[in-house]
Amino acid sequence: MIDILKAFLLGGCICIIGQLLIDLTKITPARIMVIFVVSGVVLGIFGLYQPLIEWGGAGATVPLVGFGNTLAKGVIKEVDKVGLLGIFTGGVKAAAAGITAAVTFGYIMAIISKPKIKS
Amino acid sequence: MKKQISKHEYQKMVDKKAPGSHIVRNLFAAFITGGAICSVGQIVMLVFKNFGADKETVASVTSIIMVFIGAFLTGINIYDEIGKFGGAGASIPITGFSNSIVSPAMEFKKEGYVMGVGAKMFLIAGPVLVYGIFSSVVAGLLYFIWKQVM
Repeated sequence: MIDILKAFLLGGCICIIGQLLIDLTKITPARIMVIFVVSGVVLGIFGLYQPLIEWGGAGATVPLVGFGNTLAKGVIKEVDKVGLLGIFTGGVKAAAAGITAAVTFGYIMAIISKPKIKS
Repeated sequence: MKKQISKHEYQKMVDKKAPGSHIVRNLFAAFITGGAICSVGQIVMLVFKNFGADKETVASVTSIIMVFIGAFLTGINIYDEIGKFGGAGASIPITGFSNSIVSPAMEFKKEGYVMGVGAKMFLIAGPVLVYGIFSSVVAGLLYFIWKQVM
């Protein structure tokens, strides 16, 4: 139960940062998403995001920063394992589940559902 | 005679009116929405941990399920409502990433299945993947060099 509360608090706080950026700087949500993923990669490569995951679980992994962190961690792991080639294989390998799920479910849902008529 | 207001002055007036209570409300909504979505993720994680799956499997399965939830709620026209309420609280979680795929794909279906659905799916997800993957390659290269030097 305490884990769920921690996830709520951390996830909520990360989204507050995004909302602050939107409200104060008028950056578009799409740019915020890009900024968050890249921040995740930067934090991940220095190992700075792992403590947040230890504390907040899904509160850290579900936001897009966590996606960036997954890319960074994957690339480090593969470079350690196979060297130079790992630079090209590590990131997507680690994020494969999320990317493939997004393409697959995204495609299926887009095909079977109808957009709401805008009033 | 009515006082003429220049565009610049008008913008100033709007800016003066816009912040304040609006920002507090938006931040609160983002906190609640983002927090709630992450709590769902945590519950999914806990369930799969109880099945005895290892850490990496749990992480992968959780993101697959969260992506599915986001796509599904977008398909039945609910996620856009959540987005209107929660702002960044709805777009920053990975469910927002899948929303950003389904939403334009649905809208541009009339332009065909290749250049409509297939291409427009990545209107927002494309940039996210481009910058995410590219920065991971840069990060990997820097790490590789650092390993050779140290």
